[in-house]
Amino acid sequence: MTTIKVLGMGCPTCKRLLDDVNQIVAKNNWQANVEYVTDIAEIMSYGVMSTPALVVDEKVLMVGHPGAAKVEQALFKTAFSA
Amino acid sequence: MQTDLTKQEKTPLSSPDLCAWAIVSIAAVIWFALYNVIQPFADWLAYGLLALPQGSHLGESLAFFFYDVPKIILLLGGMIFLITLLRSFFSVEQTRAWLGGKREGVGNVLAAALGVITPFCSCSAVPLFIGFVELGIPLGVTFSFLTAAPVVNEVALVMLFGLFGWKIAGLYLVSGLIIAVTAGVVIGRLKLEKYVEDFVWQIKVGKGANLPEQPTWTQRFQVAWQSTKEIVGKVWLYVIVGIAIGAGIHGYVPESALAGILGKGAWWSVPAAVILGVPLYSNAAGVIPVVHALMEKGAALGTVLAFMMSVVALSLPEMVILRRVLKPQLIAIFIGTVATAIIITGYLFNLVI
Repeated sequence: MTTIKVLGMGCPTCKRLLDDVNQIVAKNNWQANVEYVTDIAEIMSYGVMSTPALVVDEKVLMVGHPGAAKVEQALFKTAFSA
Repeated sequence: MQTDLTKQEKTPLSSPDLCAWAIVSIAAVIWFALYNVIQPFADWLAYGLLALPQGSHLGESLAFFFYDVPKIILLLGGMIFLITLLRSFFSVEQTRAWLGGKREGVGNVLAAALGVITPFCSCSAVPLFIGFVELGIPLGVTFSFLTAAPVVNEVALVMLFGLFGWKIAGLYLVSGLIIAVTAGVVIGRLKLEKYVEDFVWQIKVGKGANLPEQPTWTQRFQVAWQSTKEIVGKVWLYVIVGIAIGAGIHGYVPESALAGILGKGAWWSVPAAVILGVPLYSNAAGVIPVVHALMEKGAALGTVLAFMMSVVALSLPEMVILRRVLKPQLIAIFIGTVATAIIITGYLFNLVI
């Protein structure tokens, strides 16, 4: 089971990224746990300086939201291509 | 195949990048062509098609409106694109690394300059604040960054350039930087670390992500185009409403009607403008055209600039976000310092110009 975390503190882009990730996971039927992390101490523990950020299996995959298509591609390449 | 790949890496521009450059160049040519036909088009629309007599109140107002709306929207589109393209060369992570180990003074100036150019959304103010403080960047230097980012607002800058010309836009930029440096130096001198919420000092920032990879030109253009659409999409309605009100003032309010209230003579107009400006945050784009029209009728430049800066700099939403890491005392001192700096700037301009 892959763990995907969306780090954000409630800004509109953060929520959009969370929705997009949920949709992508559901659409592809990926075995993944999607979490939304709003705790500032936990967000900082990943060393990100801007939100939203996407964390896959405890590694920061990307910062910001470059669009659903790019997120899907990056997720696929890192965790679901095998 | 192997050799092909290495060859491609060595050429400075790959073929998709060349293609992107071509598209952007064509867009630039179209942009310039459009920009140059606005004035004749506006005159034709107002005096030709609508057959309004030259010099009439309605004719003046409408010609003004038909000219300013396309001009400002075009300027916003073109210049925000350039600004966001420039910003794609900077990142918050990189800025933090540059500011690490800088002393006060030099650090404040650098932080203010980077605050203007680093892509940064006020919703990321908290992680940024913690990240800066944790690296040992002095509180004052951090505040210079946090002040400069909103004070020098890109939409306000472009609209000042479009409506007032490059000198006023430049004055706005420079005084914004000076205010950010000053506010940071004052907060640094006051030793206010005790007013930062205690948990901030406990947080350990992880090693986290590496610096983002250098994007290709195609990606930079895409990012710039995305942000341009987003920013212009958010403000265009305010721009049109603001210009409509400004056009009404332009055509109907008599010359120098406002000199008594907003002119240099009225000492209280600068602080009044600052206090009025604070709650108007989201409407900066709509406020500037109105202010432009007011100036034609006798309002003083310093008063107008002070108003503009308080509109963009002291935003309530950002204060609410910062409240999570700062105690109310520090927020109050921050607002007080920035407001005072803006008021002094306003007086200075009224005095000098």
